[in-house]
Order: sequence, then C-alpha cells, then structure tokens
Amino acid sequence: MSGAVATADKPRAVSDIGSAGKFLFWAGVVLLCAWVLVPIYLLAVNTLSSPQQVTAFPKTGVPSFDMGSIQFFLSFEGVLKALWNSVLVAVLTMILSIAIGAPAGYALSRFEFPGKATFRMLVLMTRAFPLPLLALPIAVMFIRIGLDDTPIGLALVHTTLAIPFAVLITFSIFSGIPLELEEAAWTLGCNRLQAFHKVVLPLVLPGITASAIFAFTISWNEVFAASVLTVQNRTLTAFLLQSLSVSPLHLRFAGGAALVIPALIFIFAVRKYMFAMWGIANR
Amino acid sequence: MNSKTLPYLLLAPATIFLVVFFLWPFLQIAWLAFSTDGGFTMQHFQTMASNWKFWPTFWNTVILAAVVVPLQLVMALAMAQVVAKLKSTRNTVLYIFTIPLGLSDLAAGIIWLAIFEQSGFLNSMLVGLGIVEKPILFLGYQNLWVIFIAVILAELWRATAIVMVILVSGMGLIPKEYYEAAEVFGAGPWKRFVKVTLPMLRPSIQTALILRTIAAFEVFAVVVALGGTTLPVLVGETFNWQFALNDRNVAAAFALVILAISIAATLVFLRVLRTPKGATL
Repeated sequence: MSGAVATADKPRAVSDIGSAGKFLFWAGVVLLCAWVLVPIYLLAVNTLSSPQQVTAFPKTGVPSFDMGSIQFFLSFEGVLKALWNSVLVAVLTMILSIAIGAPAGYALSRFEFPGKATFRMLVLMTRAFPLPLLALPIAVMFIRIGLDDTPIGLALVHTTLAIPFAVLITFSIFSGIPLELEEAAWTLGCNRLQAFHKVVLPLVLPGITASAIFAFTISWNEVFAASVLTVQNRTLTAFLLQSLSVSPLHLRFAGGAALVIPALIFIFAVRKYMFAMWGIANR
Repeated sequence: MNSKTLPYLLLAPATIFLVVFFLWPFLQIAWLAFSTDGGFTMQHFQTMASNWKFWPTFWNTVILAAVVVPLQLVMALAMAQVVAKLKSTRNTVLYIFTIPLGLSDLAAGIIWLAIFEQSGFLNSMLVGLGIVEKPILFLGYQNLWVIFIAVILAELWRATAIVMVILVSGMGLIPKEYYEAAEVFGAGPWKRFVKVTLPMLRPSIQTALILRTIAAFEVFAVVVALGGTTLPVLVGETFNWQFALNDRNVAAAFALVILAISIAATLVFLRVLRTPKGATL
C-alpha cells in the first residue's frame, strides 16, 4: 500500500469487503435453499390446483387450493389399495430389517470371533451391487414358493436393501454403549438377556427407531423391485410408474405429492441421527 | 448359551437372509445370462449387444453418471463448506439441504416434470418473460438433449444431499488443530480448503463417489418420469427385456453389464482415492 492511502481508510475497506462477502455468502445460502425448496413448492402448487388448472397454460405459480386433483387421485381405481400396500410393505420391511439386522449389529459390537471379518465383508459387498436388479431371479423363486405378488415377498427384497444399513447403524449405536454398563448389571445379578432388556435397550431405543424409520423410507421409495415383483398388489411407486405413460398429469402430480409427504415427515423425524448414521456407514 | 456360540446365533438370521436374497439370486442371474438349456453360451450377450439400442443405452447411462457425479461432488463440497460456516441457522439449513435425501427417484422425476412439461412452469416463465412466443415441447424426442438436461437437473436435485451428508460427517472428524496450524502458517481460506479439508476428506469422498456412481448406473424412474422410453438407460432396458420382450436371459445379461460397470467404478475409486498407509487419524 502506498502512503497516499490513508491508514484510517483501511479498516473500512476491509469491513466493506467483509460485508460484501457476507452478503454473497447469505445469497448463496438462500439460493441453495431455494434450489431444494422451489421444486417441491411447484409440485405442491400443481397438487393443490384443479385438474383443469394443471393442464392450463400459462401457470401462475400460486395454488388455488382446489381439492379436485387430490379427490381425483384418491378416487382413482387402485390408488387406495396401492397406498395401503406401500404402507404394509414398508412396515414389514421396517420390522424385518431391525429384527434381523439389530442382533447382527449387537454381535459385531460386543464379540470378537472367527468369521467376523467375513461377515463384515458380506455386508459391505452388498453396497457394490445394484441390489434391486436381484428382484429378477427372485421373482422366479417367489412364483415357485407362492410368494409372488405378495406384500411379504416384496418386503423380503426390500429388507435386503435395508439390512446393510440396519447392521451398520445398530453396530455403531451398540458400540456407543459402554460394555461396563452391561457388566455392572451382570454383577448385580442380571443375566445377559435381563441386562440387555433393562440397561442397553432403553439407551439404544431412539437410535434403533431412527434406523427403523430409515428402513421404512428405503422401502417406501423403492421403484424397480416393486414394479418387478407386484402385479395385482402394486405399491404406490409401482402403480405410478406403470401408469406414467397413460395417466393424466394431475394424477401424476398428486401421486408424486403422496410419495413426498411421508418422506418429508420421516426425514424430519430422523434428522438428528442422519449424520451419525452416515458417519458410520463410511467405515 | 455361552459367549462362544452366542455371536453366531445372533449373526445367523442376517447371514441366512443375505445368502438367500443376495448371493443366491446373484448366482442365478449369472447363470441366466450365460446358460442355454443347461450349457454355457454367450448368445444372450450377443443378442443384447447386437440390438441397435444397446450402445446408445449404454452410453446414455455412462455419460449421465459421468456428468452427474462430478457435479454432485462439487455442489456437495460447496454445501458442506456453507454448512460448516453457519452457526445459529445451521440445523435449519442442514434440514432443508437433506430433504431430497428422503425422496424417491420417481417423486423427483415427477417434480421436475412439473417444471419441464409443455404447460409447465419453465414454459410459463419463458413465455411470461417474452423469451419465447409459445410453449416449447421440451420432453419430446426432437429435444433429446433437453430430456438429458432435465434428468441431470433432477438427479442433481435429488441425490446431491447424500453426498453432502457423507462429506459433512467426514468434515466433523477433521481436528480443528489442523486448520489452526494452517492459519498460523498464513494459509487463506482457499488454501486451507485445498491443503487440509480435501486431503483429510479423502475417505469420505471415496465412499460418496462409490455410492453415488453405483446409484447413477441404476438410474431408472427419473428417466421414465421425464422422458418415457425416449431416452433409454440400462435399467430401463433390463425392465423392457424382462417384461415387454419377455426374454429373461437377455435381461439378466443387462443386469450383469450394470453390475460389471458398478464393480469397475468401485475398484477405480478404491485404487485412485486410497488412503496412504499411516495417514489415517
């Protein structure tokens, strides 16, 4: 800096750059939030407009709060059944993946035993595979054993998608509970099961719930396996995919909204655990 | 029950499950793709590759992934950096950023359909601003590249969140001292990012790239929602061969192609982004 620049000006210049930077920074934050939220808003606008407004042009971008599209969607043949199937399959997936995944997570966190590394490898391997494609041979297997086109059959396949996450997440949740707590319960006369029930379970329940919700979301959102494995008992995703090319626009948008709303609630419910989950899934 | 057998009992359900619903169907799919009347054959792969649609399908899928994944990494890094600088609004902004994580690809496709369809919001805006006179048919076969762009935008919108979440949790593991040390030696924000954040984030970047690339090769519902069958991709063709053309063997061959490029990408990322020995925390 030359001497001509008054030293008194310097702090002001710096703070100017600071506030300009700050403005840019916040503009960026707002822009990124808008990038996420505006498309969802536009879907909401279409869902809350009458069928005529949905196909009308140009669009105003403001919802008319007409329930026509939603009524049409809900009264469309097969929609309520598809919604029910989606919920049923997702709940079954949730129960199965925790019932099967959590014991494995507990075993990995508490014991050293031969074969542990092999099991971890098996779980990690599932990540490199496009799992939904396995629904193709499974469809044949299900026809043979009579599980084709059933909610439980699809839930079994969705459980395969959810189990690696359930195992890794519950593994880290159990690892967060010191073994000493369990040992203390043993010395006070609890057996292994009692100690687990009275000491460990209350502590891990919130985390387990979060990973259960995660499993629900995986199943709720899955498209390919659902479309392959269901015919009469379509889930909402399979139903929408099948009717994409033939259904009117307002049915598609209302259907999209029906897919989005539960997902929004679930992500809100597990937001605290999101980072814990993925932090672990890293290793 | 002693503690020798207990772990195996606890692992048994998950192991049996993965063998029955993961390893076994995988072997079957390989068998389907390579067999005819009980013998080995490459015929199904020949049928697949000689179809005029195969190579466009293959390249559509690969190019989509090659465009989407790097853009997502850059966007997710920017978002993660933004989140790291926030204080009181951090949780709100993080929640908003992670919303698309919970949405299905089909929902994302439908959402972007609302924007790109002929009577949609993009056309409304363009006409409203006087840029075009009448609405354009964006998602028709004449405008293949617009479908391509719409799919890229929908994928960026939907799946960048997962990359960001992995990076944010990775950034949480970098000790503050590293940044302080870099600052003491006069490194500016950019230099700190390049010399501290990026190298330390390497394992997280690797995980995110592997997860996202595999998922990008499986792109399906977004493309169907936006372009129908106009823009063929590998999973869509698998579906097509399985149901419309009723040839399970060729569908299995397609599945193996997807599997092969997924594993190839995984191996490349494992090798290129490996953490040097002794460099872990």
